[in-house]
Amino acid sequence: MGLVATVMAVLPLLAPAYHVLLMLPFMAYAVILLGLNLLFGYSGLVSFGHALFIGIGAYTGAVLTTHLGVRSLELILLASAALGALVATPVAALCVRYVKIYFGMLTLAFGMVFYTFLLKFYRLTGGDEGMQVLRPTLLGQDLGGIPKTDYLVGPYYYYSLAVLVLAGLVMWRIVHSPFGLCLRTIRDNPTKAEALGISIVRYRWLAFVISAVYAAVGGALLGPPTGNVDPTLAYWTHSGNIVFMTLLGGFANFFGPVLGAFVFIFLQDTVMSVVPYWRLIFGAILAAVVIFAPAGLMGLVARRRPAEVAHT
Amino acid sequence: MMLRAEGVRMFYGDFCALDGVTLAINAGEFVSIIGPNGAGKSTLINVLTGALRPSVGTVRFKERDISGIGPARLARRGMARSFQLVQVFPDLTVVETLQAAVVSRLGRGTRVFALLERDSEVREGALEVAELFGLADKAHTPAKQLPQGDKKLLDVASAFALYPEIILLDEPTSGVSTRDKHAVMEILVSASKRLGIKSIIQVEHDMDIVFGYSGRIVALHQGKVLADGPPEEIKANEDVVNTVVGRKAGAFERGA
Repeated sequence: MGLVATVMAVLPLLAPAYHVLLMLPFMAYAVILLGLNLLFGYSGLVSFGHALFIGIGAYTGAVLTTHLGVRSLELILLASAALGALVATPVAALCVRYVKIYFGMLTLAFGMVFYTFLLKFYRLTGGDEGMQVLRPTLLGQDLGGIPKTDYLVGPYYYYSLAVLVLAGLVMWRIVHSPFGLCLRTIRDNPTKAEALGISIVRYRWLAFVISAVYAAVGGALLGPPTGNVDPTLAYWTHSGNIVFMTLLGGFANFFGPVLGAFVFIFLQDTVMSVVPYWRLIFGAILAAVVIFAPAGLMGLVARRRPAEVAHT
Repeated sequence: MMLRAEGVRMFYGDFCALDGVTLAINAGEFVSIIGPNGAGKSTLINVLTGALRPSVGTVRFKERDISGIGPARLARRGMARSFQLVQVFPDLTVVETLQAAVVSRLGRGTRVFALLERDSEVREGALEVAELFGLADKAHTPAKQLPQGDKKLLDVASAFALYPEIILLDEPTSGVSTRDKHAVMEILVSASKRLGIKSIIQVEHDMDIVFGYSGRIVALHQGKVLADGPPEEIKANEDVVNTVVGRKAGAFERGA
């Protein structure tokens, strides 16, 4: 891990700006997926509605910078996390009473409600045109004076990297905590977990809320690089994309989803530059992953190094 | 009085699975519930463990009504159970399974940011139970790779790791080879003494085991308590011998 972090730290000095820019959505998605996998990999619940929380984070940044004059990225991230948790609290309470396809469908339904809200509340959200995200200040530094690319490949890149590392460390502790162990008991055998006094609904609820906070924080990081947010961020296909990334990387491994996000972003970029039908290609890849590598790319790596994954 | 079922009746549609069962379990007792298939044993277990709410009657544990409160709350109040069809966490190792039980007992499951491996109380609690059940050398084996007999032991051991006051074992030796059954029972009895478990209730078909270990036997037949008393009294009860013990009469004579 240290090696990967080092490479990422020196990357802006070596790689062309174009690739460094691609790292920005990757890092945002990595944060989102670390959270999603607490639900997917560690709790066994597949959400098709987490774009809702990505949308909340992204629009929090947009509304704060354009309507309310708040430019500090720290405040934006904190507000996103708080709003994500606030919305997730009742949504999770309803969703976690169901499992499997019913859970998935319910999360999908809530996602669609929020998408429609973004589309229809034109005055607040700009409808289908979306909203601008003004360039946020980082740690109180107003960096409005430098060109946009310099801002993104420099300070913003390192800021995102710091958020990702912090989010990763916190999630590492969560999955290795007593709470993380309880989630795995529920995933493996809910009947037995309850017999051991572990309340299924309570733990799933908490996992859902934590994953929503991660999605909102990651969502807030997605806005500034493009300078724009629109309702497709909250659309259900976006929820599908992050599930795809998780499957691609492998949900059974802590780092699997992060790898999935990385491969997805760079593969999408490559494929889009060659053919316009990237979804066609990605559909075929998804089918191949599910059939031939259900443990994802990390599963392929881990087959050679079985000791690494044993205690995820 | 630890656990008391009073006038419990349970209907499934028109079918009456339990027909007025009254039963009291005291601290320090080892009680076996026996009966032919369809006598209502499973239903009684589910009622006693709060999984089912009886159609009529009450179930009280430590003076509080527990009908239908559900397994998780009951476990936290001090009643644990193991299952007839073995229940383990396939991808969790032996020690992780036991740690989960200890975490639950200590009420530490919502410690979201604490590192489990640094919690010595949880680690030692899990190891202690693993040793009591002879599972220590398999501590890091995932449950799905254990032989059937060890899965059964792990299911029971994790219930013991809750340090319950009363434990309900649904056929603890089913699926265990005849040769090992007594070894398993010895482990259960000594572990319950070690961990301060006050009462054991078991459902068991093997009359050797029933008569060898019980202080009291409750015989169920067609949803009613046919007999309730110490082993000698049950053995002398012709009704029980005919309906429950049946052709195995010879076997229990040897075991007794």
